[in-house]
Amino acid sequence: MNRFLPLIVLAFFVSVPLWLTDQYYLHTLVVCGIFMLAAMSLNLLLGYTGQLSLGHVAFFGIGAYVSALTSLGFSVSIFGYQITHDPWPPVVGVVLGGAVAGLCGYLIGKLAFRVRGAYFVIVTVSFAEVIRLISLNWIELTNGPLALPGIPPLTLGFEPIGYLTLWDKAANFYVVLTFIVVTYIIIKRLIDSPYGRAMIALRENETLATSVGISVTRYLVLAAVFAGTIAGVSGTLYAHYIQIIDPAIFMFLNTVTMVIMVITGGKGTLAGPVVGGLIFGIAPVILRKYVGPEVQWILYGSLMILIVFVLPEGIVPAIERWFGRASAKNSELALEPGKGARS
Amino acid sequence: MDQLLQHLANAVIVGGTYALLGIGLTLIFGIMRIVNFTHGELYAFGGYMMYFFAVVLGMNFYMSIAFAICAGMLLGAAIEFLLLRSKRGADIDTTMLIMIGAWIVLQNTEHLAWGSIAKSIDSPFAIEPVTMGPISLSRIRIFVLIVAVALIVATYVLINRTKLGKAMRATFQDSSTAALMGINTSAIYTITFGLGSALAAAAGALLGPVFVVTPTMGDLASLKAFAIVILGGLGNITGAVFGGFILAFVEEMGASYISSGYRDAMGFLIIIVVLLFRPTGLFARSERVG
Repeated sequence: MNRFLPLIVLAFFVSVPLWLTDQYYLHTLVVCGIFMLAAMSLNLLLGYTGQLSLGHVAFFGIGAYVSALTSLGFSVSIFGYQITHDPWPPVVGVVLGGAVAGLCGYLIGKLAFRVRGAYFVIVTVSFAEVIRLISLNWIELTNGPLALPGIPPLTLGFEPIGYLTLWDKAANFYVVLTFIVVTYIIIKRLIDSPYGRAMIALRENETLATSVGISVTRYLVLAAVFAGTIAGVSGTLYAHYIQIIDPAIFMFLNTVTMVIMVITGGKGTLAGPVVGGLIFGIAPVILRKYVGPEVQWILYGSLMILIVFVLPEGIVPAIERWFGRASAKNSELALEPGKGARS
Repeated sequence: MDQLLQHLANAVIVGGTYALLGIGLTLIFGIMRIVNFTHGELYAFGGYMMYFFAVVLGMNFYMSIAFAICAGMLLGAAIEFLLLRSKRGADIDTTMLIMIGAWIVLQNTEHLAWGSIAKSIDSPFAIEPVTMGPISLSRIRIFVLIVAVALIVATYVLINRTKLGKAMRATFQDSSTAALMGINTSAIYTITFGLGSALAAAAGALLGPVFVVTPTMGDLASLKAFAIVILGGLGNITGAVFGGFILAFVEEMGASYISSGYRDAMGFLIIIVVLLFRPTGLFARSERVG
């Protein structure tokens, strides 16, 4: 059952564009998928290394801006030198956006992981805020509050086969779905590798992990690079799908959305951000009919508090434990304590 | 030179309210180990309460400030009582998530209650500035500085010279021993949170008439308070006072000599530089209150 569940879920989502013809719902799912991708990357830091990073939207936004500027072209003067860049294909933008965000993950990781706890959180928040202010004030490059409009959609294909430009929502849906599946597998492989075990060891007991020779900064920075790259790529997808970005992309509320997705679904589980992402990606569609955006945010905030009080591990571990108990009763096989709680 | 003096005077004026914001936050962190994300919202709440008492109810300006501060204290105590009391001893990330949730709820409630249009509050002070040699300062801002300094001194006396302050310091040093000595530590936590919140609300009530009151005014206030507290070292009250003035000075200089667009970025750059070279803050003795 557990082996096939991801495949059944995947098959269901592959079929979605075939029967869901409402463009608005499809659009919601695409945006939901993009944020889910960002939440999956945040989960690497928040769930597996146990570091509450509240600057995650910076990587997302950096990816979006790098990719947008790569495909739109720009001309800036830095210290008297005029730098002009001609538009490149959006696919190159996706790669560059991920790479630059990953590099930022490396730099900020090197800096921020010198401190822990409250200090770490505040450094990450500050980092995102500095990036937001740069995007707002470096008008020559980013167009500031006037936004960057007309970002071209992704174009796939090669010279002999022909090109496919992703104008319609179903095509974008499949692209995002592909990225989610690939990312899921990458994160699963990472977590199952010695690197992943080192990260989890650091989360559980940093002193003990250090004493058996795990280099703390190295593994934390590695997690930050992975998380930054994935968040950057999700940002590039956002830019090419929405086709317009402005500094509001760096809003703290976007980070909060990702954090809520991760902790609701279950931090430190592979499926957690997917479940949380679906809930908070689809919830606005349902809530929108009844309440305004303020009430919606009040509900999100209340839910966040409620989850911490009632279900601190999140939904996925709770369900797993429930199923675990049921199957153990049936087969009279005792589960190892703690097994299945984090997979 | 004259221009520099004026900038220095401006920095001192702004620094007073920054220090007020900073000590409220650092007090809560020092005693309760809680990163209070609602701090900026209590600042905004103070501003709105000022608007409510002074404009909606038409009360006396000075009385309104006092009432707004009391309202902030009650809201802070209520947050502590409802959300944090049962989570004592939980790790710092758990309480941080709770506070982020509370922050979102508070901010959007303000949006809902007052609308997103900025509110302005009239002050009883004359508009023409006081001129002292090359410096000219507006009257209300001088009033704000005086009240801010008075509140900072009062907080200092409360913590260092009174029995309640002694109980707070004891709770900070070792809460279980303090409890054994007969101190009601639960009450101390509620009082601390209320006091810190009252200071944030005071800053909001004082600055409301200087600027305007908006639902999002708390966001930047929260982030700046973090910067101030990091500068001084988390939990260090004297450090927070210096941190407030340093941040105001750097912002003023940065805005006038580098670029005004990056005024608000200065604080965050300071945080990053400070943590690079002195991770425990500029005034680190060890983390302590008082």
